[in-house]
This record gives sequence, structure tokens and C-alpha cells, in this order.
Amino acid sequence: MSVLLRVRDLKTYFVTEHGKGTARAVDDVSFDLYPGETLGIVGESGCGKTVTSLSILRLVPEPPGHILPGSLIEFEGRNLLALSAPELRAVRGNQIAMIFQEPMTSLNPVFTVGDQIAEAAIIHQHLSRRAARVRAIEMLRLVGIPDPDERVDDYPHQLSGGMRQRVMIAMALICHPKVLIADEPTTALDVTIQAQILELLDRLQHELGMAVLLITHDLGVVAGHADRVVVMYAGRVVETATTEALFEHPTHPYTEGLLAAVPRIDAPRARLHAIPGQVPAATAWPPGCRFHPRCPYAWEKCVAQEPPLLETRNEAGHTARCWLVTEPERRAPKR
Amino acid sequence: MTLGNWFALLVALVVAAEVVRALRHRALRQERWRRFFRLRTTSWGLGILTFLVLVALAAPLLAPFDPNRQLDIVHLTNRPPSWTFLLGTDPLSRDVWSRLVYGTRVSLGIGALGALVAVALGTLVGALAGYYRRWIDAVLMRGVDVGLALPRIFVLLMAVALWDGLPFAALVVAIGLTSWFGTSRLVRAEVLSLRQRDFVVAARALGAGSSRVIVRHVLPNAAAPIIVSAALGVGNVLLLEAALSFLGIGVPPPDASWGNMIADGMPSIYTAPWSTFFPGLAISLVVMSLNGAADGVRDALDPREAP
Repeated sequence: MSVLLRVRDLKTYFVTEHGKGTARAVDDVSFDLYPGETLGIVGESGCGKTVTSLSILRLVPEPPGHILPGSLIEFEGRNLLALSAPELRAVRGNQIAMIFQEPMTSLNPVFTVGDQIAEAAIIHQHLSRRAARVRAIEMLRLVGIPDPDERVDDYPHQLSGGMRQRVMIAMALICHPKVLIADEPTTALDVTIQAQILELLDRLQHELGMAVLLITHDLGVVAGHADRVVVMYAGRVVETATTEALFEHPTHPYTEGLLAAVPRIDAPRARLHAIPGQVPAATAWPPGCRFHPRCPYAWEKCVAQEPPLLETRNEAGHTARCWLVTEPERRAPKR
Repeated sequence: MTLGNWFALLVALVVAAEVVRALRHRALRQERWRRFFRLRTTSWGLGILTFLVLVALAAPLLAPFDPNRQLDIVHLTNRPPSWTFLLGTDPLSRDVWSRLVYGTRVSLGIGALGALVAVALGTLVGALAGYYRRWIDAVLMRGVDVGLALPRIFVLLMAVALWDGLPFAALVVAIGLTSWFGTSRLVRAEVLSLRQRDFVVAARALGAGSSRVIVRHVLPNAAAPIIVSAALGVGNVLLLEAALSFLGIGVPPPDASWGNMIADGMPSIYTAPWSTFFPGLAISLVVMSLNGAADGVRDALDPREAP
């Protein structure tokens, strides 16, 4: 199948104030998104997930951020990084749409939700206000909001968090985009609402046949909803695999640590595992493998030389950025 | 004051009250308008402003004397308020009430147009500087610094000196052009914080262009300070016009404006306070009414404040 969205060697750097150096928030990230699939991007806070997603639509605030030349973001054969402003606007919200983490602050407080849902249809499909309103009501019904004829005139502050996230989804999907970027769509919601929103996304993806880039720090969400997973750490892709392969044979020690940190209902109750330390500052990534200061297996080679993405033996397309792939005997039992 | 003048005044008051009542009644049907009338001060402000507009329109019916006529320069100077001269007479024996009524036309006109020019320009410059940042911001804001550093009166004096006999419209524009600097700083500060907000990023992610983002997503959220500064701006413009008239470069005599009435009455402010007090009261009334009405507009634009 042909690739829908191809990201190659994406580098998004931020110039920090007071001359503390350049924050290499996203550093050489590559992945592919195929039509109709869900690709999960996983990693802890500060690893570059959100900057990656903002870079795709060129929404990184400039300055201080900038996407380095040599990066490629190709959508249906066109490099989004080379588009003019009007061409880019024609893609945003129309071909590639995005929903954000905070439904509380991502809606404009002074307009009704109907106006905001209709906006993309007015921009891209040049509908009249009246026709766009009808479409907005349809969309509200599609995302499962009761009494859409009434709710269309509500203001954001009159809705709950879950309802607002549904409104955000309706806004993003009104033009039937081919790619939906969902940046932590459920993080700000409580667990029962999370499940509803994710089911809704699954259903809409199925009905509309779009590809979803699901950005999350929650491996539970990935397990249930993603077809393939990209694990990011310190601005780099550290592991790529199908969801099953990732959960069956996590290869990178970081992935292993993330999986061990998930509480399990079928295991004896014990203290939750934690990866020691924190993500280092983006202005000073460690030399060699960026994970080595926190890695239980690290040896001299990890400090000296950063591994490339290596093909693992598990399955085609399962890659990990770790020397353990070449020297598996070093994977000693954990301390 | 003739009976006809009293009757016209009464009609103006009743019509103003009825207009507000009718608007309130209609407003109940729509949420946005309901929010507009939420505060009682809004109704009062709107009522007083309506009344003043009616006064300006019906000035000939309300004024018993020719506002510019010196009735009797020997016997009728600085007369206290009476049934004949409702608000007394000024040092040149002109009827203060008649001048106040005719001055409403001039002063409301200058105030509204001057503030409109100032707020429009200030909002435009502030929005551009705050949204686009970089060199646009630097250039525009240094310009504003220069504008704020120049004494306004001096600039206006220069304009008057360069153009012999400044026409009314040019005076208004000149006042507007020298009054927008503060507003532009205010708007810029609001826009700077709003442009980073999630809903602005979300609007751009939907494909909205810069002008759409500014007009629909940024400025409506900055409406409250803009409107308040517009209301205060009208008061400022009225006072500036008074100062200019005092210097003899405002509305040329003998035409009455509230500002030059205050200037004319100044020498006898202790012996005949009425010729300065009533125009001053009128200016205060306009500023307070505008603030009341402005609160209503702010509530109408911002649904979060409403119950």
C-alpha cells in the first residue's frame, strides 16, 4: 500500500533564550503513516511527541522554533515543508486535521460550538453560513452529542470536558480529512469518558476511512487502538513495531521500562516499576545512546556510540535503536 | 424657556426612556441581547446617550435663544439660573442652556468620531504588532513610543499652524490621529497573550488564515479592554477639545462646544460657576453613560461573564 504521510529526518529545534543553546526537541524522526491505519506515537513528557505533531502542520511557533532544512514531511507526494502559506492552509483542517489535548482551552470561548464546527466547512468548502450550520448539526449528531439542534447554539463553557472533546472531534472531521492527528486526545478527561472518546474515534475512523496519528503517553490506549507503534525518547525514534510485536517482544530497554511501569490487573500486587531518572534537558542530550544514563544494561559502547535503528529478529519492520539487537547476550537479568 | 421648549424636553426624555424599554423588551428573545442588558447601569447609560442624541438632533426645538447671540452685554452677564435662563447666562450674556444644547451636536460629534478614529487605528496597529511580532512589532511599537513622547497639544498646534483655519472634520481626524497610542499598546498586550492560546492554534490547524484568526479569534477575546478604552477615549477627546478650545484652536468661536463653554466661563468660575459647571456635568454624564453601555457590550461579547 502506498504511504499517505511520510516523515523523514524531521528535525525541529528551538533556540532558547539567554543563550542556553539549542533545544533539539525533535531530532531525526522518521516514520510512515498508511491510509486507514492508526499509528501510535508513545513516549513520556518532553520526548518530542507534541512537537512532532505540530511540525507536520507547521504549527510550531517560529521563533523560537524552526524546522531544519533537510527534513521532509510528504503528504500524498507533496512536501508540506515546501508549500506556500495558502497551499498549506488548504491542507490544514481539510486533508490533515488535528485535535488537541485540552478541550477546555482549545475552543474559542466567545463563539458558539456550532460556529466553530462550521468554520472549517466555510473555509474549505465555501459553504454558506446556513448550510454550514446544518453540517455542524450533522457532525454533532455523528460524534454522539444528544440534542444537536439545541447544543449547536451552546457556548463552550456550557459543556462538560467530554462533550467539548467531542466538539473538537466534530470540528476536525467536518471536512473528512485523510489524516487525523490526535495529540493526547484523552489525557485531560476522566477514565470512563476516555474510553468513550477512544471508541468514538475508532468508529469514526472506520466510517470515514481516515488514518489516525495517535499521540499518547498511555500504553493502555496504544494497546487497544493502534495498529503500529513508534516509541520516542529524547527527540528520537527508539523503537518501531506492530502493536502485538511491541507488547510481545519489547526490544529497547526504554520500551521495556515503559511496559513494566504499566499496572497490571493479572499480576500480583507489587510496587510499580519506575524507570530511574528523568528525561534529560533537550539542550544537552547525553552522548552516545541518549538512554544510556537510565538504562540497566548500558555498557561502554552505549556511551561511545549511538546505535542506529536496527532491524530486530522478531518480525519485518520491527526496529530498535539499541546495541542489544546486535549483542543480545548482554540482556542480563535485571538488577 | 418657553412652554414649547419644556414640552420638547419632556418628549425627548420620554422617547429616550421608551426606546430603552422597547429594546429591553425585544432583547429578552435573544441570549446575546439579554446579556447586554444584564446590568442596570447599561440601561441608564443607553437611556442617557439616547437622550443626548435626541437633544443634539432637536436642538432648535429645545433652545429658547440663539446660542451665539449676546443678549444684553450690559445687564445680562453672569445671571444665575432662573425660569427665563434655565442654566443662567455666561460672561458674554449668552444663554448657557441654549449653548449647552447646541454644543451637544459639536461635542458628541467630535467625541464619537475622534474616539472611533483613535480606537480603530489603535486596534489595527496593536493587533498587527502583537500578532506578527518580529520587525513589524518593533517598527510599530517604536513609532508608538515616539507618538507617546510627543506632547499632543504641541502636535495639534503645529497642525493648526500649518493649515490655516482647520475645518471641523480635519480637527476631529487630527484628534483621533494623536489619541490612539495608548489603545495600541493595550491591544498589543492582549493579542500577545491571546495568540499563544490553544484555541488560536486550533483555529490555525483548521486552516484559518491570519486575518481570519485575528478578526474572529483574537480580537473578540480582547473586546473588553478595547471597549473600555473606547468609552474612556470619548471622555478624553472631549477634554482634549476643551483644552484646544481654551488655547483658541479648537472649535472656533462663537460656535459652542462643551469644551469652549468651559473655557469661556473660566474667568468667572467663582462668581458664576453655572457657565462652567453644566458643560462639565454634561461631559461627566457622557463618560459615565458610555462606561455603563460599554459594560453591556462587553457582557454581550463575552458569554462567560453572564449567569
